[in-house]
Amino acid sequence: MTARRARRAAAGLAAAALSLSVLTACGGDGGKPTLNWYINPDGQDTLNALAKSCSTDDYTIKIQLLPSSATDQRTQLARRLAAEDSSTDLMSLDPVFVPEFANAKWLLPFEGDLKDKVLDGVLDGPADIVTWEDKVVAAPQWANTQVLWYRKSLAQAAGLDMTKPVTWDQVIDAAADNDGTVGVQANKYEAYVVWINALIQGAGGNILDPDTVESGRDAKVTIDSEAGKDAAAVIEKLARSKAAQPDFSTSNEGTSLGQMFPKSGAGEFMTNWTFVYNNYKGLVGKPGGPKDDAGFDDLGWTRYPQTVAGEESKPPIGGINIGVGAYTKHPDFAQQAALCVSSDKAQVDLAVNDGFAPTRESVYDSPEVKDVFPADLLTLFRESIDSAGPRPRSAYYSQISSAIQARWHSPTSVGPSTPGKSAAFLEAILSGKALL
Amino acid sequence: MTSVIANEAKAGKGKQAKTPTSDRSRSENRLALKLVAPALALMLIVTAFPMVRALYLSLFDYSLTAPDDRKFVGLGNYWTALSDGLFWRDTVTTVAIMIITVAFELVIGFAFAMVMHKVIFARGVIRTSILIPYGVITVVSGFAWQFAFSYQNGFVNSWLPFIGDDFNWFAERNSSLIAIMASEIWKTTPFMSLLLLAGLAQVSEDMLEAAKVDGATWWQRLYKVILPNMRAAIMVAVLFRALDAYRIFDNIFVMTAGANSTESISFLTYRQVIEQFQLGIGSALSVLLFLSVLVVAFIIVKLFRVNLADARQEG
Repeated sequence: MTARRARRAAAGLAAAALSLSVLTACGGDGGKPTLNWYINPDGQDTLNALAKSCSTDDYTIKIQLLPSSATDQRTQLARRLAAEDSSTDLMSLDPVFVPEFANAKWLLPFEGDLKDKVLDGVLDGPADIVTWEDKVVAAPQWANTQVLWYRKSLAQAAGLDMTKPVTWDQVIDAAADNDGTVGVQANKYEAYVVWINALIQGAGGNILDPDTVESGRDAKVTIDSEAGKDAAAVIEKLARSKAAQPDFSTSNEGTSLGQMFPKSGAGEFMTNWTFVYNNYKGLVGKPGGPKDDAGFDDLGWTRYPQTVAGEESKPPIGGINIGVGAYTKHPDFAQQAALCVSSDKAQVDLAVNDGFAPTRESVYDSPEVKDVFPADLLTLFRESIDSAGPRPRSAYYSQISSAIQARWHSPTSVGPSTPGKSAAFLEAILSGKALL
Repeated sequence: MTSVIANEAKAGKGKQAKTPTSDRSRSENRLALKLVAPALALMLIVTAFPMVRALYLSLFDYSLTAPDDRKFVGLGNYWTALSDGLFWRDTVTTVAIMIITVAFELVIGFAFAMVMHKVIFARGVIRTSILIPYGVITVVSGFAWQFAFSYQNGFVNSWLPFIGDDFNWFAERNSSLIAIMASEIWKTTPFMSLLLLAGLAQVSEDMLEAAKVDGATWWQRLYKVILPNMRAAIMVAVLFRALDAYRIFDNIFVMTAGANSTESISFLTYRQVIEQFQLGIGSALSVLLFLSVLVVAFIIVKLFRVNLADARQEG
């Protein structure tokens, strides 16, 4: 009997010792702290190098890869942050996640000196994105914007003067009359909302009133306006034009790339992100790309088209911002690391290695970056990012975006009544009176 | 005739259970209660707490990204859900999936159960191979069938003579649902057959032999002896599978992600809570899902007119 008791006690002790050792291993409080940086899969090699070079004697930055779809990235980060995960130190954030996360108080704001350092020399577009209720909640790392890419020969045949701002009407007519097409993103997904938002802002309007957008459910819906109708008119015109591409209603960033240098036809006008330049540069002489260098020289670029003639366009903005988790155990180190991975040097690396546009004005003047892009393209990117129009900055953005998609897709069904219908639905969604 | 006798015997057992018990069995019952108490307490913490919490959250307008705007709305979320066309469309989809898959699974599962019951050679191998799909993770099954139905690299189009090679199964609602249900049926039929096999094993050989001697044909033996005596087992199998099918999620998530109106109620709930961060309405939907599962269970129990307590004492 006593022997059995002794055995039991020994077993109990062993179990306790084992669980203690496991717990200590989980704690990891000995030695240099590790900062986890959740990144999206774009530009992994450069980010890995950045994590290494920004690690110091005080901390090590460790990369954690997020899924490739933006929805999954957002969900994974939100789940961790909602559970007050202290191991989420740094995260790469898409612009539309910033208001959502900041409103939930999941992002540690940069204050005092740090705030000035984050915003030092940053272009207006990205600076706007990382500001929430007058606080700076993330550090802009790189920016993305859309410009109008086109075949110079096509524009010439249509008699368009591309040195001056062009309108969507002109672009669609020019393509339709000259055996060309117009490439956009109109599948039922986020980039379609990017297009709709840019069209509405280009006509001087907004999906939600910018003065009340930050008040969440109480935001005023302003999509049912002249600007909304102007935007719908552009989509309707393209949908009915022979310039629309065959997969118009399921088109995404990749589908229209092949129409720029097609086997037959005059090519296209395409609104798309900054990666397009490097994409065609790497495809010279290959399928889907220009035949030779002369063909590549036929690729032109200019500012995002105007929705209404004479009204300055508002190009879309994207990119990545570095947020610091509100529950991190090492807030000072994490903010220091966020500054390092979004520093001038980091932005140069990202531009040179991956073609990502910088968010700081000064980086555009660095000789390395000037080598990557032609001077006029670099200027275009900078101006475009500086004057970009953001998507509604709301804690309910995900619902707003889905509501817009629900009423504006398919693009072939868009007409003058679409803004009105989507306004009613958006109001119902925001007031919690409808399901998405 | 035999089935009536069997049922009467069961009813007798039920009555017997209510007769006064001895001191010994009472103290045994008390001990049993004490023994299960810790497990019961744990179960309450693990399952009852989230359920009560969901009930509580469902009374609020609560978005995870706007915690400060949380406000009490009473039954407002339930009204929003029940008055929304999307909820009813998804309910119809879910019920359709449940009825069709369970019907197919019952027929195929019964055939498999007969094979497993009667087979005399390579018993182990045959039983194992019938059960293999059930061992496959649903997500994997979903991906496998998605590839199978793909018009680009799948084999389904080339196997079906009346389907064109370029037919895209995932382009519209009905064909997408067929693909989803195929995966669901393939994956869970073995489970159904396993439950039915247990019921089949309980059918007395004496009764079958008596029926044979009386000159009953194979069909008559099936309809008059085997099936009536398996009613409780069939009910348990249908009940389990129907409740499972009503909560279908994985296959839809993997194969269509809810596109083309292929969304189930579970998927709708998932989107509200996980994608839209709307904890209030999402919780209301999960409560509604729970209630509808109860309704389905009630209907099935009534439909089969079997007392669950009897089913437990079978055999």
